[in-house]
Amino acid sequence: MDLRFSAEEQAFRDELRGFIHDNLPTDIRDRMRLGYGAEKEDTIRWQRILNERRWAAYMWPKAWGGPGWSPIQRMIFLEENQLANAPDMQVFNITMIGPVLIQFGNDEQKKRFLPRAANVDDWWCQGFSEPGAGSDLAALKTAAKRVGDEYIVNGQKIWTSTAHMADWCFCLVRTDPNAPKRQMGITFLLIDMKTPGITVRPIISIDGTHHLNEVFFDDVKVPVAMRVGEENKGWDVAKYLLGNERTGIARIGKSKERVRTAIEKAQDVMQNGRPLIDDPTFRQRVAQFQVDITALDITNLRVISAHDKNKDSGKPDPLTSVLKIKGTELLQSTTEMVMDVGGPLSMPDWAAELQALSNEPELGPAWPAETTRGYLMLRAASIYGGTNEIMKNIVAKAVLGF
Amino acid sequence: MDFEFTEEQRLLRESLDRLLGDSYEFAKRKAYLAEPDGFSRAIWAQYAELGLLGLPFAEEHGGFGGSAVDVMIVMEAFGRVLALEPYLATVVLAGRAIEHAASATQKETLIPQIADGSLRLAVAHGERQARYDLSDVVTTATKTGSSWRLDGAKSVVVHGGSADKLIVSARVAGDRHDPDGIGLFLVDPAASGVARRAYPMRDGTHAADIALSGVEAEALGEPGAALAVIESVTEAAIAATSAEAVGAMETMLNMTVEYLKTRVQFGRPIGDNQALQHRATEMMIAMEQGRSLAMLAAVMVDDEDAAKRAHDLSTAKVGVGQSARFVSQNAVQLHGGIGMTDEYAVGHYFRRCMVIEHSFGDTGYHLSKLAQQIG
Repeated sequence: MDLRFSAEEQAFRDELRGFIHDNLPTDIRDRMRLGYGAEKEDTIRWQRILNERRWAAYMWPKAWGGPGWSPIQRMIFLEENQLANAPDMQVFNITMIGPVLIQFGNDEQKKRFLPRAANVDDWWCQGFSEPGAGSDLAALKTAAKRVGDEYIVNGQKIWTSTAHMADWCFCLVRTDPNAPKRQMGITFLLIDMKTPGITVRPIISIDGTHHLNEVFFDDVKVPVAMRVGEENKGWDVAKYLLGNERTGIARIGKSKERVRTAIEKAQDVMQNGRPLIDDPTFRQRVAQFQVDITALDITNLRVISAHDKNKDSGKPDPLTSVLKIKGTELLQSTTEMVMDVGGPLSMPDWAAELQALSNEPELGPAWPAETTRGYLMLRAASIYGGTNEIMKNIVAKAVLGF
Repeated sequence: MDFEFTEEQRLLRESLDRLLGDSYEFAKRKAYLAEPDGFSRAIWAQYAELGLLGLPFAEEHGGFGGSAVDVMIVMEAFGRVLALEPYLATVVLAGRAIEHAASATQKETLIPQIADGSLRLAVAHGERQARYDLSDVVTTATKTGSSWRLDGAKSVVVHGGSADKLIVSARVAGDRHDPDGIGLFLVDPAASGVARRAYPMRDGTHAADIALSGVEAEALGEPGAALAVIESVTEAAIAATSAEAVGAMETMLNMTVEYLKTRVQFGRPIGDNQALQHRATEMMIAMEQGRSLAMLAAVMVDDEDAAKRAHDLSTAKVGVGQSARFVSQNAVQLHGGIGMTDEYAVGHYFRRCMVIEHSFGDTGYHLSKLAQQIG
């Protein structure tokens, strides 16, 4: 047993760090450092730079435009990207539809969609949740009726992130309402968002931004060629996808970056005439996060190394649910700490005012307000990808045998 | 990056589990507790036969050249059954003190005796005023001619009452908190001027307070710079007890899950309740996070970078301590009334974890150490 990174792994990390440092556009980096989220254009710009080296599709095999990295290399890549305040890869393209097509897609689908997904020539979104099907995903009702070479889709999806900017949506639809088990009547379709009959309505979330949507399908025609896997076998595809989603969801690099930022900002923020960094209560809070992050870091590596060994078993490691729970808890609470460092300046919502030219009193700084926006947005982290309570149900059942 | 055990380590784990599975059924453990020193001398001899007592020592000194990961495997197995023998006191604490401080001749004499089971030791370092401060030593060592004489008092010396020899820290120079001027000395407890008063601790293991009055002692190596050795011994102890706590957590979790599945109330197993399933899941998460840090501790304990080593061991002590407290408190809670009884095992695991947490610096002490290093 040896928890240290090998010389090769360390060299790999150094190479990535150097590349990201030299190539991440400074305007993106500077805004991300202040706590702004990545805009669509930021994600596309950065991902295309990485894709020139075939790094963007970091978890794909070489044959389909990925780097063919080992799980440990992927982990290092994600961590370095997050530590450098770079935009994340387009998650629906890279960790969801890409691996799904590689595993379940036919050749035509792979050739048509994979290169464009890697380069974000297509922006994908995920049509899973419905008003009556959140944690209980198999309750979904959006119906697809086969007529000749087409499915006619009717129904509604909700919480669809980035649907308003998406070119394509991968969707779970019900093709057999009479299947003996609900899971057996579901099919996985790829739907062009420009198809007539699709309406996207914004949902403004508590962070004040438009990220989420409702998507309505009204007699939307989808060619049968856009089906992934067999009809009524979409649940297997969805389970595979969710397993991948939960793996990357720990985002430990981001939590580390938040702690680093809290320490950095606390040098300048004053409390009772002294820098906040001198406050023992603050220091203890930071120390506790470092302990928890170190533990999660090693748990993550244990999962990766077990995955390396059992990758042919096809079964997701139940410990990935642990990563999801602890990872999102830490990301939320470290972000909370940065917000708290901002103190009273965390309250204003002056993003629009900061952009405006004005002779009025100067406003700012931007970082506490943007951190608060991130804090608000990240309340979703313990909800999406399966709520943390659902994760605990999964662990209770799969690991503890309840 | 490698989380695998070697073939030898897997065999070690298997043979240990076999031995302990046979001999550490809970009723038998109660009998060992009732023995005069609170452990089984017969099982101690079996450890010697299995090679456990010489495991971490260099082969040139009569050991088996094992690593801290081997010790982790042993301690985790001990934790699963709450083994009572003075392995931590003799092999981990005293053994490491000897390896790091003693002269070549002393090592050649002492280590083979540890390995064959004939010599049990205790490290007498803590003093009542010192709390967890390793440099707070007021016991003195005075040189007269070629021999040393010790005066002072040591408190809560684990297995100090039954040890054949004591390793005692004492000040040869400097003031109370001075990092320099501390030495380690080998003391025969039968020597004149030694008074030992033994008592059980809350987990049933024995400890003693020891008064030293003009006691003749043999210096372990060259006295004066022993603080670094004491720190290293403490780090090894943190790594070892972290693994032990992980073993204890494992058993507590298994017992609790089993109990939730079998205890029927309101006509169904109480484990049907989501609140209890989630609590058990949180216990599992805490245990796995603790296990990750116990692994870190084992891997770092022999690292040459002293600052990083100390930092990581403190990290492990905090995280494992918090995990063990969460798991053990909830193990008792989820068992309900039966968890409160002395007759039932879970309360014994609870108390062992409590004792571990207050040994070698508690959670608050190490968290504060980490907090001081930020920025």
